[in-house]
Amino acid sequence: MSVTPKVLAGYGAILLLGLLAPVLFPNFLFQLAVLWMMILFALTWDIMGGQMGYNSLGNIFFFGAGMYISAIVQVGLYYNVGEYTSVYGGVQVDFTPHQYFTGLTLGIIAAALGCTVFSVIFGRIVFGLRGPYFAIGTLGVALAAGELMGTWEWVGGGGGIALPVYPYGPDQRARLFYYMCFVLAVVTFVFLKWLYSKRFGHAINAIRDDEEKAEAMGIHTLRYKTIAFAVAAFFLGMSGAIFGNMIGFIEPLEVAFPTITFGIFMVVMTLLGGKGTLWGPVLGAVVFHVVKEATWTYMLGWQWVALGALIIVNIVFFQQGILGWAAEKWPERFGIVVDKSRTAGGR
Amino acid sequence: MVTHGNGLIECHGVTKTFGGVVANNDITLNVPQGRITGLIGPNGSGKTTLFNSIVGYHPIDAGSIKFKGEEISRLLVPQIARLGLMRTFQQTRIYSKMNCVDNMLISLPHREEGYRSLLTKYPPEAVERAEELLEFVGLYQKRYLISGELSFGQQKLLEFAMALISEPEVLLLDEPTAGINPTLING
Repeated sequence: MSVTPKVLAGYGAILLLGLLAPVLFPNFLFQLAVLWMMILFALTWDIMGGQMGYNSLGNIFFFGAGMYISAIVQVGLYYNVGEYTSVYGGVQVDFTPHQYFTGLTLGIIAAALGCTVFSVIFGRIVFGLRGPYFAIGTLGVALAAGELMGTWEWVGGGGGIALPVYPYGPDQRARLFYYMCFVLAVVTFVFLKWLYSKRFGHAINAIRDDEEKAEAMGIHTLRYKTIAFAVAAFFLGMSGAIFGNMIGFIEPLEVAFPTITFGIFMVVMTLLGGKGTLWGPVLGAVVFHVVKEATWTYMLGWQWVALGALIIVNIVFFQQGILGWAAEKWPERFGIVVDKSRTAGGR
Repeated sequence: MVTHGNGLIECHGVTKTFGGVVANNDITLNVPQGRITGLIGPNGSGKTTLFNSIVGYHPIDAGSIKFKGEEISRLLVPQIARLGLMRTFQQTRIYSKMNCVDNMLISLPHREEGYRSLLTKYPPEAVERAEELLEFVGLYQKRYLISGELSFGQQKLLEFAMALISEPEVLLLDEPTAGINPTLING
């Protein structure tokens, strides 16, 4: 898509809406923050799943790992983590504003870097797997991580760990975390748009289309896979750190490694919007989140059934997703060249 | 099989088995530089298996394979390709969701590629070279078409152009004319 005044105006409108959301929708700030997080989930899943053809079911691992790394850094800078978790509620812990913001900043940085390192190690183990084996292999790592963290008493075990309390008022806190989610999602989008326009984008698309061929042509497939996974891990790690602080309390299975909710949602959102495209995951995340919140509000008790129905319709009737369907219907609008010299079916 | 001597590709006593099937048995082969060498045999005689062994897809059970005097039988497929030894496939293999120009650009040599180059764009001269070769194989008019939309013969031509732009020192063509209209082969 070329940068025309119309496209620029579209970007500007989205940015403006994002910036003004706390003023326009002050009562929905938490949900809007989660929406930006969902967009980030879908965008980062699409790096591997859509652009490179490696369907990971374990990306949520980096979200949870980022959350825990950040918590350990934030607490560990000022307290003994083991004592902090074991005497939680028994002693008064107090973080000054300076300590809070220093911890939060360093925690987010450590989460991003730590998850990048994890992704390189994790990648070396799972990149030998292909297709469904890769999907199950990555899922196994995410599930195991949740269970393992539940047994690690030093970080609170199954009881979880409380993050330092925000030192100012709740409204300011809501706005801060909203903007953090918003900025992170926008930065992720811009970074991926830039990255896909380089040789890197061509190479991971080649791996998606035919990895064996790509290897035969001398492409460093392992290098590209490692970088793609690392980019996803970097942003997911940061998102985990921010989300953990936004929630205020980390529990291993439901909050840090929610494989059957967020872990699956990121796949579903991408498929819904159209995988392998830049805007598809964004669109999918918005539609999915709105439907999810609407069903949770108006169809309580049936919300999972409604979401399941949405997934079935998506998978059965239009696997290419909303953008993929639109590109098939109006290819010229998506910059796709159509061979008009050929008749239908004539090869 | 074939001759001995100092060639670009030298296979000595290459053996490859799949379970109880001996696909290649003690193959000795010498491919000299600057010549077109053909490998002929009936269906199932192990020609493709030997290709796969030479380029690293099937690690051999015994023997040695040398390229420019260097043992390559333990190297990985991309490492062998980056030495300049490439192959095409019996079944056409292209990047079917990418357009023809992008198929060509991704096939440029990866020998000197460092991490920094991943974050660069292809220079205009690379695009020009890609378009020149597409014109050479008669696909210039379809250069921005998604390659999966091309006919079988056109895909074969695209694959050939991709092999050319990768500037291989040796190109192994596995049944390059299989399934192609004779007019296209001669033309």
